[in-house]
Amino acid sequence: MAVAAAVTIRPVWSVDDRLLFGVVAAAGSFLAVFLLFPLATLFLESFRDQRGAFVGLANYLRYVETPALVDSLWNSVWTAVLTTVLVIPAAFVFAYAMTRSAIPGKALFRAIALIPILAPSLLPALALIYLFGNQGMLRDLLFGHSIYGPLGIVVAQVFYTFPHAFLILATALSGADARLYEAAEALRASRLRVLRTVTLPTARYGIVSASFVVFTLVITDFGIPKVIGGSFSVLATEVYKQVVGQQNFQMGAVVGVVLLIPALVAFAADQWAQRRQVAVVGARAVPYVPKRRPWRDGPLLVFCVLVAALMIGLVGVAVWGSLVTFWPWNLALTLRNYAFGSFIAEGWGTWWTSVRLSLWTALIGAPLIFVFAYAMERARKGAVLASLVRFLAVVPLAVPGLVLGIAYILFFNAPANPLVFLYGTLAILVLNSIVHFYTVGHLASLTQLKSLDPEFEAVSASLKVPVWRTFAAVILPMSLPVLLDVAIYLFVNAMTTVSAVVFLYAPGIMPASVAVVQMDEAGFASPAAAMATVILLTSAAVKGLHVAADGWLSARTQAWKQR
Amino acid sequence: MLRRTLLAAALVAIALPAEAQRTRLTVYTAFENDQLPVFKQAAEAALRDVEIVWVRDSTGVVTTRLLAEKDNPRADVIWGLSVFSLIRLEAENMLEPYTPKDAMALRPQFRSARDPMTWVGLDAFVSAVCFNTAVARQRNLPRPATWDDLLNPAFRGLIAMPNPASSGTGLLTVAGWLATRGEQAAWDYMTRLHENIAVYTHSGSAPCNNAARGEYAIGLSFDMRAVALKNQGAPIEIIVPTDGVGFDLEAAAIHRGTRQLEAARRLMDFAVSKEAMALYGRYYALLGREDVQPTVQNYPPEFAQRLAAVDFAKVAADRDRILAEWSRRFDAKSAPRN
Repeated sequence: MAVAAAVTIRPVWSVDDRLLFGVVAAAGSFLAVFLLFPLATLFLESFRDQRGAFVGLANYLRYVETPALVDSLWNSVWTAVLTTVLVIPAAFVFAYAMTRSAIPGKALFRAIALIPILAPSLLPALALIYLFGNQGMLRDLLFGHSIYGPLGIVVAQVFYTFPHAFLILATALSGADARLYEAAEALRASRLRVLRTVTLPTARYGIVSASFVVFTLVITDFGIPKVIGGSFSVLATEVYKQVVGQQNFQMGAVVGVVLLIPALVAFAADQWAQRRQVAVVGARAVPYVPKRRPWRDGPLLVFCVLVAALMIGLVGVAVWGSLVTFWPWNLALTLRNYAFGSFIAEGWGTWWTSVRLSLWTALIGAPLIFVFAYAMERARKGAVLASLVRFLAVVPLAVPGLVLGIAYILFFNAPANPLVFLYGTLAILVLNSIVHFYTVGHLASLTQLKSLDPEFEAVSASLKVPVWRTFAAVILPMSLPVLLDVAIYLFVNAMTTVSAVVFLYAPGIMPASVAVVQMDEAGFASPAAAMATVILLTSAAVKGLHVAADGWLSARTQAWKQR
Repeated sequence: MLRRTLLAAALVAIALPAEAQRTRLTVYTAFENDQLPVFKQAAEAALRDVEIVWVRDSTGVVTTRLLAEKDNPRADVIWGLSVFSLIRLEAENMLEPYTPKDAMALRPQFRSARDPMTWVGLDAFVSAVCFNTAVARQRNLPRPATWDDLLNPAFRGLIAMPNPASSGTGLLTVAGWLATRGEQAAWDYMTRLHENIAVYTHSGSAPCNNAARGEYAIGLSFDMRAVALKNQGAPIEIIVPTDGVGFDLEAAAIHRGTRQLEAARRLMDFAVSKEAMALYGRYYALLGREDVQPTVQNYPPEFAQRLAAVDFAKVAADRDRILAEWSRRFDAKSAPRN
C-alpha cells in the first residue's frame, strides 16, 4: 500500500513532458560538452606541469613571481576601470537624449552610435594610429605623449564599448512613468531634484549593469591592446603571448583562470543588481512623452552631434587609411591595399571563411538556442536538471572569448578526446562562436517566450495536439522576428570577434578578423585597415538587410498584435 | 563531330578526378607573407598534382609549434625556415633525410653536413638597420654607422627591434652580436641598447615597416624587407653597420613521418631548382646557388663584406639558452605575442 501511495504522488509525465525533458537534456549535454568540460579542462590544466603531472599551485606561484604577469593584471584592471568611468556618463547623456528629449534626428543618431558594434575592435585602434601615431595628423594634440600604451587603449575602448553601454542605458531610461514627472512638477521640484529623485533611481540598475558590461568587455578585449598597446602589457595579450608565442599552455591556463575572476565578479554583481531591480513601470504607467524644452534639448543636440561626429570621424579615418598608397609619405588614393593576397597567404579567402563561419553560426545557432530556450521555459518546473541547464545557459556571458579559446584547444586537441576530429575545422569555430555568444540569444528568446501565454500549450494539450506542432504552428511564427534578431546578433559577432578564434583557426580557415591582427602585426597597417573596413561593410550590409526583412516579417507575422 | 565531342567529354572526365586528387602538402614556413602566393603558384605549376597549404608565422612561433607537435605532427614539409631552427629539429630527429636532385649545386655552407642531407639552404638573410631620414630631419638625429652608435641617448624610445624568441631576424641579429663581441660584451651591449628600444616586435619585418612609416626612427630588421620598402619609395636609408652583421639561411626540409613522402621529395627538388632560386633572387641577394643571378634592385653591395662569422651549429645548440636569457632580461617590454 505504501508503494502505491508513493506512486500516486508522482506527477504523470505526458508524451509532451518527456519530449520537452529530452530537449532540455540535449541542451544540457550540448552546454556540458562545449562549455563545461572545456572550462573544467582549463582549470585542471592550470595545476599541471608540461608533462601533465599534478603540481598544485606551482604554476600560480610562478605567475605571482613573474613581475611582467602581475603588472599585466594591474594594467588590465585600471584601464578597464578608467574606460568605464569615462564611457558610462557619456553613454548616459546620449541615451538620455535619445529617450527623454525632443531633439530631431534620433533614428540617425541611434544608427551612428551603433556603428562600432559592426566593426572589429581593432578598427578604432588603427584609426587612432593614423590620427595620433608618431606620424599622426593630430599628433601635436598629445603634447609629446605617446598614443601607444594606456592612452590609446582607453580612447579606443571608449569608442568600442560606447554602443554597448548606450543600448543598456537607453533600455533602462525608456521605461519612464510620466505620472511621476507630473507629480514632481505639481510639487514644484527643481529640475536637479527630479533628475536625482526620479530619473537616476529608475536607471540605477541599468547603470550598474552597463558598468559591468563595459568593464568585462575591456578586460577581455584582445584586439585593441594588440594594435595600440605598444609595450604596455595587459592580461589578454599576455595570455596570447604564453599560448601562441611560447606554447606554454599551463601558464596560458593560469592566466585564463585569472582572467575569469574579474569577469565572474562582474557577472555575479550584475545578477545581484538585476534581482534587486523592481518593476518601475507598473501596469497603470503612462508612457513619458518628452516635450520640447530648448534649454535642455539644445545642449543635448550639440552633445549628440559631437558624439556622432567623433564616431563617423574615427571610422572615416580608418577607411581613408585603407585607401592610402603609402602612409604617411604618399597619400594618393588606391585600392591596392584591398588586394589582400599580396599581404597574407589566404587573401580574400579569409573574408569568405568569415562569411561562412558567421552564416553557419547564425543558421545553426539561432534555431538551436531558441528551441533549447523553449524547452527550458516550458518544461515542468522544479526539476534539478532544468534549473542546472538554465544556469549553464547564462554562464557564457561571463566567459571571455580568449579563455573559451584556450579551453577549446586543451579539451579538443587532447588525443584521447573522441571529438578530436573537430579540431582544426570550421565546425569547431562555429561551435565555439555559438557557445561564446549563447547567452544574449538565450535571454532574448526567453523574454519573447515569457510574453507568450502558456495557455497556448494548455489549450493545444487539451485538444490532443502534440507540443511540437503547437511550437511549429503557433510559437515559432509569432517569434520569427526575435529569431531573426538572434541570428543577426550571432552573425555580426562571429564576423567581428577576434578573441576566441585567434587560438582555434587552422590552415585554410583563417577568419578575416584574425587576418587583420596578422597584417597589423607584420606592419601592413593600411591592408589591416582595409580588411577591418570590409568586415564593417559586410556586417552593415547584413544589418541593413535585417532592418528591411524585419519590416516585411513583422507585417506578415505580427498582425495579431494589432486590434 | 558528335564523336569528337564525346571524346572531349571523356577526356575532361578523366582530367577532372586527377585535378580533384591533387596531393595536399601542409608546408610550415616563415617566408614573408607577400612571397607566399608567388612561391605557391610556381611550385604548383612545376609539380602539377600538388597543392600547397601554407601555415605561416614568425620563425620562433613556427619552431615552437613544430616542437610542440612533435608527437602528433601536422607538417609535411618545412620550406623557408631559419637554419638555426632546422638544426634544432635535426637534433630532435624530426627531419627526414633526403638529398634533393640539384643539392650539389649549392654553395658548401648551404648544405647539411649529413648524408643523405637533412636540410638544404636556399638563400641568406642579413640583419640591416632601417633609418628613416624624414624622421631624422624632423628630430635632428645623427646617422648611425655602427651598432654602438645606436646607444646614443638621442635615440631613446625611437628604436624597434624584433624579439629573438619569436623572430628569426631577432635571433640572427643577436647571434651576430654574440659572434662579433663575445658572450659577455654582447649581453652588456643589449642591456644598454634596451634603454633606447621602444618596442620588441613579434615579426622581423615589423621594425622596418614601422620605421618606413615613421612610427619609429630606426628599425632593426633584415636586408630583404629593407630593400623592398626602399624600392616602394619609403624614406629610409639602409645601414649596414661596419662592425659586422649577423646572418641566417632560409632552409627547407622534409618532416619525418609525413604521409606524402613522394610529393614532399619532389617539392624539395623544386626548392633548390634554378627556377625556384630565380624566385628567391627577386627578394634576396645571397642565393644558395652560384649559377643563378639575383634580380633584386638597389641591394647595397657592402652586405657581403660585413658578414659576421656566425657558427650555425653552435647558435642552434645554444638557441634555447640564449632565448631564455634574453627573455629573463628584456621580456617586459615585448610586444604582445612573443
